[in-house]
Amino acid sequence: MVAMSDPIIELKGSLFPLSVLYCQDFSVASLRQELSNKLAQAPGFFTQAPVVISVENCEQIPDFSAIKQLFTELQLVLVGVCGADATLKKAAHAAGLAALQPPKAGKAEPAKAAPVAAVTPAAPTVITTENKTLEQNIRSGQQIYVKGADLIIRGTVGAGAEVIADGNIHIYGALRGKAIAGAGGDASKKIYCYNMQPELISIAGNYWLSDNLQGDYWGKPVCIGLQDGQLMMAELF
Amino acid sequence: MAKIIVVTSGKGGVGKTTTSAAIGTGLALKGHKTVIVDFDIGLRNLDLIMGCERRVVYDFVNVINGEANLKQALIKDKRLENLFILPASQTRDKDALHKEGVERVLNELSEEFDFIICDSPAGIESGAMMALYFADEAIVVTNPEVSSVRDSDRILGMLSSKSRRAEQGLPGIKEHLLLTRYNPERVQKGEMLSVDDVNDILAIKLLGVIPESQAVLNASNSGQPVILDAESDAGQAYLDTVARLTGETVPFRFLNVEKKGLLKRIFGG
Repeated sequence: MVAMSDPIIELKGSLFPLSVLYCQDFSVASLRQELSNKLAQAPGFFTQAPVVISVENCEQIPDFSAIKQLFTELQLVLVGVCGADATLKKAAHAAGLAALQPPKAGKAEPAKAAPVAAVTPAAPTVITTENKTLEQNIRSGQQIYVKGADLIIRGTVGAGAEVIADGNIHIYGALRGKAIAGAGGDASKKIYCYNMQPELISIAGNYWLSDNLQGDYWGKPVCIGLQDGQLMMAELF
Repeated sequence: MAKIIVVTSGKGGVGKTTTSAAIGTGLALKGHKTVIVDFDIGLRNLDLIMGCERRVVYDFVNVINGEANLKQALIKDKRLENLFILPASQTRDKDALHKEGVERVLNELSEEFDFIICDSPAGIESGAMMALYFADEAIVVTNPEVSSVRDSDRILGMLSSKSRRAEQGLPGIKEHLLLTRYNPERVQKGEMLSVDDVNDILAIKLLGVIPESQAVLNASNSGQPVILDAESDAGQAYLDTVARLTGETVPFRFLNVEKKGLLKRIFGG
């Protein structure tokens, strides 16, 4: 019975951090020039990185096939375009590219007038620092931020304290303050805590206040993560 | 070298000055040469609690500014041979203190005394920071209620990040918790946080529990540190606290509701 109902394939919606390329000039020559310069600044960093190209301020239909070719040459993976109107979408589809929704407004976009091509890496793709381990209590009013990595605390996070990490947060003690994991927007990050009594928990911008958390899990060892954009909580043991 | 102990809390009115006076006096009773320094510039209270308000001529700020020397400003206690008070200035504000000046005065006191008790002002501003900056140990005075506990937590954070020991990467300030105004009856009724509740949140070593007591107000009004009232529960609790501070092991008292005897039940009490 179990085996029969198991589907062989499954399609599930997920969010991934992607770099979006904003540029003024869509000619292959100009792109080659600007991208090569950019990549030379950080050799290896963008190798085989999935990139979406923004065509919002594109006036005529670029040669998508040639651009795709160029990306392959430069060891980048062109996934699709965003901000395309109907004509541009058609052209993109013809070149085997996906047309994506433009990223939500309000995010840091480079100034549109910027004359050079700029690759803006989505924040969470970058792991810039090591995990941070603290063997102490985090007191009210203290703020800890770990960029691009996990935060591990062997102690208690007091009411009025804030612990923030782009990665996961592990607390081997009580959490009475705020814990913000996946601060850079990575929805796969989790919060693990030995005794959950927080003021606020947040993962990739989705948050719960202590009012929403009263109940079965209060004061228990729990793991909190995101599932389909919803915060989910489970007992650790 | 003297041991510098700051008495601090974050929150006001929890018993910092009462505690500074009691512990300073208690250390002197044990034979240690002790000075209590009032860091609450502009809101001078320690002299009243110690009963020496009429003998204040020069103060802490005068010494910092070089308008008087330490000998002139220190007030010798009338009851105890080896107890001194350095009063705060009433006419100035907290900005009159600066690190260099405070350090110079503390260094000078350090040569002569065994213990320097710094009575911190409330708050987390410069005055409180000055009081805790040079400390070796801290007594965090906390009332068994949520706002006091949270403020103490905040001050504990400051102790571990803003002190000289923290800045210079020395071993951290030794932190002690002193729970004051403890009322076991109200704890039993669930109206007050218990010792365990507070311990659970602050997670530092408990130094003492001072019961809520009429004796404290009486002592303050008469300018006698409550520790000298050895008959009173608060006085005894402070004596226990000082003993623990100097390394003795003393069991905790006044934690549970006192069982009333037959006579007490009849006549009240």
